[in-house]
Formats: sequence, C-alpha cells, structure tokens
Amino acid sequence: MKPGSKLCSTVCDTEVMLIRYSQGQIECGGAPMAEEKTANGSPDPAFSAGSLIGKRYVDADDTLELLCVKAGAGSLSVDGVALQLKEARPLPSSD
Amino acid sequence: MNIALLLQMAADAAAERSALVCDGRHWSYGELLRAARGAATHLSGSGCACVALLDESSAAAPVALFGAALAGMPYVPLNYRLADADLGALLQRIAPAYIVGDTGRVARLAGGQDQHCTGREDFLAAAQQAEPLAQEIAGEGIAAQIFTSGTTAAPKAALLRHANLLGYILGTVEFGAADADDAALVCVPPYHIAGISALLSSVYALRRMVILPAFDPQDWLRLVQQERVSNAFVVPTMLGRIVDQLEAGAATDLSCLRALAYGGGRMPPQLIERALRLLPDTEFTNAYGLTETSSTIALLGPREHRQALDAADPVVRARLASVGQALPTVEIEIRDATGRALPAGQRGEIYVRGEQVSGEYRERSALDEQGWFPTRDAGWLDEDGYLFLAGRADDVIVRGGENISPAEIEDVLTSHPAIADAAAVGVPSPEWGEAIAVAVVARPGSPCPGADELRELVRSRLRSSRVPQQVRVLDALPYNEMGKLLRCDIRALFQPRPASERNGLP
Repeated sequence: MKPGSKLCSTVCDTEVMLIRYSQGQIECGGAPMAEEKTANGSPDPAFSAGSLIGKRYVDADDTLELLCVKAGAGSLSVDGVALQLKEARPLPSSD
Repeated sequence: MNIALLLQMAADAAAERSALVCDGRHWSYGELLRAARGAATHLSGSGCACVALLDESSAAAPVALFGAALAGMPYVPLNYRLADADLGALLQRIAPAYIVGDTGRVARLAGGQDQHCTGREDFLAAAQQAEPLAQEIAGEGIAAQIFTSGTTAAPKAALLRHANLLGYILGTVEFGAADADDAALVCVPPYHIAGISALLSSVYALRRMVILPAFDPQDWLRLVQQERVSNAFVVPTMLGRIVDQLEAGAATDLSCLRALAYGGGRMPPQLIERALRLLPDTEFTNAYGLTETSSTIALLGPREHRQALDAADPVVRARLASVGQALPTVEIEIRDATGRALPAGQRGEIYVRGEQVSGEYRERSALDEQGWFPTRDAGWLDEDGYLFLAGRADDVIVRGGENISPAEIEDVLTSHPAIADAAAVGVPSPEWGEAIAVAVVARPGSPCPGADELRELVRSRLRSSRVPQQVRVLDALPYNEMGKLLRCDIRALFQPRPASERNGLP
C-alpha cells in the first residue's frame, strides 16, 4: 500500500488516508479496512472510541501514520493494537 | 490523492461555516464544494485538456481550482497583466483549454484556436446549476500548471502534482486549526503560487477567506477592519505601501490582525523593522518558497522576529534578514558550482528536497537523481540552520574572481537616509570580468547624494571591491507586479565604458 491510498471502515463511516506505512493489517472498529466502501455491521465495543476528522493516528514505533479524512464511530488499530492520536506540531501560518 | 480532499473534509466537518467572502457575497464550505462538483461535471464534458483562469481573484478561483481537480484536469491560472503578445503565446501553449474570465480578450487573442471561454459570473452560475460529478476522475495527477514569471527567459510551465500540493498542506497546516471568527485576507493574484496556497491552506484550516481582487493599500486596510481580518499574506512591495499609509497617519484599528506573513521577494531590512515597530502585537512570519516547491520551504517565525529586533547579539540580530529554518518536512542544502555540499557560513546555490518539491516542468524535470531541486537562488545557512538569501544565482556579481551579492551593496545604500531604493548589478568589464553598477532612487523631498558620497558610504561599510564603478539616479526601479526586481532592465541601462573613461577606482 502506497502513501496517499485511501481505506474505508467496514463497520462505520471512518475513512483514512495512508501517510506512512510499513506493515500490518489496518483495522477500524476491530475489523480490517477495505479499499472500497462497504460498511455494514457495527464496531467491536473494544474499538468504538471513534475516529476524528483531520486527526493523525500513529503506532507506538511511529512506523505507520494515518490521516482520518472522514469521522466514524470505530477507532483505529493495526494487528489488534490501538493506534495513538498524534500531537499536532503547529507551524505559523505562512499563506 | 487529490487536493479536492481538502474541500471535501472542510465541507464534511463544517458545511455551514463561512468559507469565503468576495465583493460582499458569502460562500459556505458546503456551497463551495457543491459548486466545485457542479463545475467538475461541466468541465469534464467540455473536451478541453485543462482549466485556465484569466481573471482577478474571486470565488471563481477556488471553484475552478477544485472543480478542475475533481474533473482530473490541470488548473492553469494565467497572468492577466501580461501584454497581448505574451498572453497570446501562452494561450497557444495550453490549447485546448476551458478558460474562465476575460472572454473578450481570449476571443481577440485566440479566436481561431480550439478554446472554450466563459465569463466569471456565467461560470459560477453554470457550476451551481450543474449536477454534481458523481465520482472524481483520476486524470494525470497534475493539480496545477503555473507559468513562472519569466524575468530572465520565456515563462516555463511548472507542474505541481496533487501529491506535491497535498504534501505541503498536510505537512504545514492542522485541519480546522482556525478559530470560528478567524479570517484570512487574500490579496495576491490567483496566478501566483501564493494565491493557490492561500486557498488550500485556508480551506484546510477552516479559515474564512476575504478576497481582495486587486491590491490597494487603502482597500487592504479598510477590509482588515471591516471583516476583522486575523491573518494576511503580503509581498514586500505591498507591505511598503501599507506601512507608508500607517506612517502617514491612516486612522486604522489593526488590533484584530494577529498574524502577518510575507514573502515573494526580498524584504528590505528597514521596512520590516518599521513594520514590526508599527504593529507591536502582530506576529510576523517570513516565508520563503518557489512555484516549483509548492510555496513555502523555510520560515522565520514570530518569536524569532521579535528576538532579532531587540537582540544585542549580532548573530541573533542578523536573523531579521534571514528567511528562517527549513520546514520539518523539507531538506535544504547549499552546494558549490561542482555540486559539492557546503558547510555553514559558505555561500552557494540552494538545493531543496521533499514531498512538496515538484521541480518539474512541462518540458523536463529539473530534479537530480536523488530528488534534489536546484532553486537557482544563492544563499547560505548559519550554524543553527537559518537560511540567508543572496539573490538569484544568476545575479551574483563576479568581480575579479570574487563573488559579490547585490544585496549587501543594496542594504548599505538604502541605509542612507536620502536613498529610498537601490539595485546593484554586474556589468561587463575588460579589467574585472564584471564591474559593479548601481541604480538608486532618492527619497521624495530629499536631494540625491552624489556618486562620490555613495561610493564612500560603501567603502566605509564594506570592502573596496564592493564600491560601485557606475552610479545612476532613477525615478523608480523597474519591478514586476509581484514586486520582483527586473535586474535585466537595470543591466541594460549600463553600457560598458571604454578604458579611457575609467576613473581609477579600485
């Protein structure tokens, strides 16, 4: 999977864009994400904290980064391990 | 990847929020996305290869930019200030194009060609009425094609891919970072890279855009007050005219203006100091970038401006003349003429690498094998990575084997209280290879100092090798509309003089 690829949740509205990827199964709401939109079912209660639009999510090793481009009820994980919200590093506006 | 994602996210998160105001007409993010989708339907059915804008800034610019992106067509903003012959040549290069804007001029210049032209209001009406495009078209991955200003040669068609522009925005802007009542005043023309990056970053930050179609300092000040503008970007020439108004006593309350960014040309040191003192509560940011790098690659931030202004340490003080440090997502390197990387403190050509760096033209790519782009700008880095510009690599004066930056001479000349503006150029010299010639402009009401006084000023501050051989007084220096000095025009003023007339200067 290349940076820029889009993935859709299979259990909620969440959509993400890949910023960095090394390996692993990317999941939302506890279920593997897909390239096409096919949401049915509902998120696993263990992965139902939600995903926020415009936020970045990373793994503990910082080898994987996702940008949430559409919010949803499921939360993001890779190989069953929850991803963390990445701190924003604000730059002054230059445009 | 598609830049339309930025507008889709904004409309998804805040459909009702005000996105843009131009000539008193308001657009929400939902309305803007709806129009871009309608425009895409309209554009993709036109049989044209690209979408050109030949117009001042208005709501039509974002609708055409995002509409073109959804239709998989490159967006090509054209400089409406070009002379007929130059514009005609560009129209020929982009045919068949869907052109939004000046229908009369297109009919006159490209009547026989395969072009489709629609006026601004008709285009917006058609975009709002058309069925939204069901699914975006991938296209060839080019989001924008921008003709460089061509101050040295014929304009080059720089290509910016969706990946370049998205890389820039996602690397520098936090989604929805603006407060609900923030507003950005957009006064740069749409055909400039800063005009495109202003649209993209404002949309992604959810910052309301206030469009000023044509810059005028009084209109700018009025709009800042009237629309409670919090952010603005200006080129140095614009800042100079704004500061002149303020110093002349324009009664304007600028307390809402939290952040003022500038770039697009060299900022005279005296001007930025005047501005910082006139607006003590405003955060200043210097942004350095090029068309080919999707806008900003280095930043000098607000804290660094204030630190430098008040600094006793000459190294910190000097940073007011720096363009700051590389963005975290960008690498900058200084190289000599053989391509070898240079250490801090040494001047060479600025090279840049990063996702946002395109370095690609319609005809060829200028990137080297490792992805570095040679900017053709000369400069150096200090020990802490602050970048200093020393003019275009082509503008460096080589006198007797010594490289001289025009800027160092110009800064000394404009420090004279009676000199308003100055430009130094190299002119052919049989003795030195190149000799230094300067053109100066006197401050209104001040008698212009004589050539000998100016030579003595340069000699006392710099080395004798920097002393200009020729001095000419002009009413104004030649600039293009974005404030870029046209050095070729100045060079043309000076003819090499015969050896018998040389005056024995070192």
